[in-house]
Amino acid sequence: MPTPVFIADNITKTYTTNKVEVHALRGVSMTLYEGEMVVLLGPSGSGKSTFLNILGGLDNATTGTVSFLQQNLTNFSESKLTRFRRDYVGFVFQFYNLIPSLNAWENVALTTEIAKNPLDPQEALELVGLGNRSSHFPAEMSGGEQQRVAIARAIAKRPEVLLCDEPTGALDTQTGTLVLEALQRINVELGTTTAIITHNTAIQEMANRVYIFKDGAIASTHENEQPKQPSEVAW
Amino acid sequence: MVTLPVLDRKVIRDLKRLWAQVLAIALVMACGVMTLILAQGAYRSLSQTQETYYDQYRFGHIFAQAVRAPDHLKERIAAIDGVSAVEMRIVRSAILDIPQMAEPAAGMALSLPSGRKPAVNRLYLKTGRLPEGSRTNEVALDSRFAKAHGLKPGDTFSATLNGKKLHLEITGIILSPEFIYALGPGDLVPDDRRFAVFFMAQSAMEGLFDMKNAANDISLRLLRGACTPCVLEKLDRLLKPYGGTGAYKRKDQQSHAFLDAELTQLSAMAKVLPPIFLLVSAFLVNMILSRLIALEREQIGLLKACGYASWSVAGHYAKLVSIVAFLGVGIGSVAGNYMGRLMTQMYAQYFSFPFLVFDDSPDLYLIAAVISLIAALGGAFSSIMKAARLPPAVAMRPPAPPRFRSFLSLRSQRLRILSQLSTMGLRHLMHNPLRSLLTSLGVSFSLALLVSALFLTNSMDHMINVAFNKAETADARLTLADDKAPTVLGDIMRLPGVLTAEAYRQEPVILRFGPKEKRVAITGRPAKAALSRILDLNERAIEMPSTGLMLPTHLANQLGVQPGQMLDVELTQHNSIIKQVRVAGVITSYMGLSASMHIDALNALVPNGPRISDLAVNIDRTRLNDLYDAVKETPGLGGIALQMLSRAKFRELMDQSFTSMLTAYITIAVIVAFGVVYNAARIQLSERGRELASLRVIGFSKQEVFHVILVEMAMIVLIAQPLGWLLGYGMAAGMIKGFASDLFRIPLVVLPSTYAIASFVILSAALACALIVRRRVGKLDLIKTLKTRE
Repeated sequence: MPTPVFIADNITKTYTTNKVEVHALRGVSMTLYEGEMVVLLGPSGSGKSTFLNILGGLDNATTGTVSFLQQNLTNFSESKLTRFRRDYVGFVFQFYNLIPSLNAWENVALTTEIAKNPLDPQEALELVGLGNRSSHFPAEMSGGEQQRVAIARAIAKRPEVLLCDEPTGALDTQTGTLVLEALQRINVELGTTTAIITHNTAIQEMANRVYIFKDGAIASTHENEQPKQPSEVAW
Repeated sequence: MVTLPVLDRKVIRDLKRLWAQVLAIALVMACGVMTLILAQGAYRSLSQTQETYYDQYRFGHIFAQAVRAPDHLKERIAAIDGVSAVEMRIVRSAILDIPQMAEPAAGMALSLPSGRKPAVNRLYLKTGRLPEGSRTNEVALDSRFAKAHGLKPGDTFSATLNGKKLHLEITGIILSPEFIYALGPGDLVPDDRRFAVFFMAQSAMEGLFDMKNAANDISLRLLRGACTPCVLEKLDRLLKPYGGTGAYKRKDQQSHAFLDAELTQLSAMAKVLPPIFLLVSAFLVNMILSRLIALEREQIGLLKACGYASWSVAGHYAKLVSIVAFLGVGIGSVAGNYMGRLMTQMYAQYFSFPFLVFDDSPDLYLIAAVISLIAALGGAFSSIMKAARLPPAVAMRPPAPPRFRSFLSLRSQRLRILSQLSTMGLRHLMHNPLRSLLTSLGVSFSLALLVSALFLTNSMDHMINVAFNKAETADARLTLADDKAPTVLGDIMRLPGVLTAEAYRQEPVILRFGPKEKRVAITGRPAKAALSRILDLNERAIEMPSTGLMLPTHLANQLGVQPGQMLDVELTQHNSIIKQVRVAGVITSYMGLSASMHIDALNALVPNGPRISDLAVNIDRTRLNDLYDAVKETPGLGGIALQMLSRAKFRELMDQSFTSMLTAYITIAVIVAFGVVYNAARIQLSERGRELASLRVIGFSKQEVFHVILVEMAMIVLIAQPLGWLLGYGMAAGMIKGFASDLFRIPLVVLPSTYAIASFVILSAALACALIVRRRVGKLDLIKTLKTRE
């Protein structure tokens, strides 16, 4: 039986703006197991990003509990959440969020400098197929390359989990496939638990498990016995 | 109801949102406006009052002294081409005995023609009447001295004039254009309590000083366009047989010279400071507006897509900038007006005018407003034009990502000399080197401002130390009514309380070297003078060589003479005999232009044998009152300079003005430093909010993220330090040069502590900025920044 990494229990999130309450999450429960790759699917506003942010310690749940390796994240202070993100979580975002003033190698080194047992930045870049681009600045790279640097940066510290929010959202099919291949390779080779948010339904075929969000709750879930390779996924 | 156009509402909201930055810029601008109104207003007040006063009271253009010039010379002087009026009178020093005052006061007695107003240098009668010709004991007293002692018409005091003790009655209180700034003998600043100027009837003075139908002081007024050097030359020629000591222009008249130095300083302040402040604020406007327009790129595109013309978009931003400028003008005007009034009040203390009001005519404010507006719009020009020219389709697309250069190579990264966070900060700094440099320059300016204000105490302290602790260490100097034989030294030694005394001789001469000449006095000194010493160029006391002249550097430079060379010395009071004397060396002297010589050598040079003109004494402080009483009663004494009191008075005044000046300069410097650093940091934060939020997401703490901003700010502020010191030193040197005159020179001394204090103030201001910005780093919205494209 694989070890659960995250256990989210009955999470709700309510935003109050201008006296209007918006229920972003209405009781989401989910368990992520070590080494698995899950895909969270759903239309815009269905709550999947809010949920991922709560898992990653960027946001707090209104009610419910999240535990990470048997620690209750719900009670963490801000500095403890920072520590948690630093030690355990790798993030990949739609818009890469690289530091423009640092080149590829330095962007990766940004995380390896503060990690306990990191990969060598060069090794991380090679894992995403960018070993020869280490001295290039973000402005000198394509979107796909930038996103792969972002992935290298996220995984270089050997995180327990990799949380990806629309990692291919800003990319065309071809470069998107390269990015997904990088994610899958890391999932397989390093055994990093990976959660990917997308509204591209085709991507679900490469996941072990798929959650479909709708109106702040999980509408359905299913497992893939035989996850496909990114190159086999048609989108 | 009037509704504002939508774009104007945006202006108001933008101003509200950016209030802190707007205020910071407006304050820097206000400093410019304030200094302009203050300096220009004070300058106008002072110069216009001076001009009116000089004109109405017929202040002289040319002055001269002689030993004894017969009255009939007046016609010949009046006949000189260009002379419009001549006044000849008797001027002598006196020692005053004022009730309730232990020490004797120094006085200057001047004669007034009887039965008519003086043709030159008229008096402003404040109260009472002028002395009458028939009365020998009446005087008109200078209002400052009268005020200091509560004297009024009808009061009496005693004075020793030409060795005779007299009881004088005050008939009127007056002001004179010749004594707007009145320095007593040996004083460095005016001391109203210890120095008096008073006027007596011509006939009374003639009798007292045995000067029947003769005068020793000549003042001239010139016609417009008169040839001043020609008049000076002709006057000198006329006075030569009568012991003329050399005619001089207004520029060298003591009161005028001090007033003029102040005017020069004000005019320099009005010319130098406001433009620098306005340049700094123009730069700040440029910085903030270019960022605002970068942020509002899409909004600009949208406005244009909706049909707004380019000029209305440009006008929108111009309005925003204009409001900032007017805010600055408003604050600066109020502050300038307040400070100007304060400054004028201060001037009224130092300078004795019948009237002095702060002249802040509306045109001054208008000029300030126009200049500020030009500066602000000038700073904004490139950004506004960029907004106007931006095609809507391009504006709606995000700008190309910034390209960075690998200015800190990969190699250094691998060696881990710098953390990635520091690299980020430094690369960002180098990404826009011009902006970084200008920001540094802005900070360095605030530092320079402080250095240029603080160094004055260093220089003054040094000057005082050299003048009083090394050169002139005597407690007092006694001037004899007439030169006497050396035996008088014994008489002075016998005065109660006198511990030591040294005798000196003053001989007026003309020094000539080639075509250059200078009218000065030679001071004859004993070889091993202890109370009045000469200092070498390293400011060490040296012995007087037995032969040859020692010249102050300032004088040697003016004559272009070097040690070893021969000078022509014309003895103006001895039939203008010319002797050749070798220059034995150059010496340090910050006051006056007097040359020095061994007293025996001087006695040998001058035909009338050994004489003494004045004496320096050291006093037993416990017997001061006895000595004071004795001095008041001693015949033969012409004047007294209490140098120990002069020193104390000077110190007191320095400390007083230093505190208020320091407060003003620190406030201004902090405003500038704060304005520059705060805006730079806020813009940095705005430009890099997204990447900083990314760092927070990756797991960097607030402190670490703040470190990135701090590295850049620290670099800017640190680079500004040496730059500011250098700039400050340059400004100080410029000021010193402006001050230098034949009357006094200020040495340029900037102590390390001055740089340290200035840096400490600026670094503290920068640190305060950093702490404010740190709070903003803590408030970065992580999720929002990550969800949006830059």
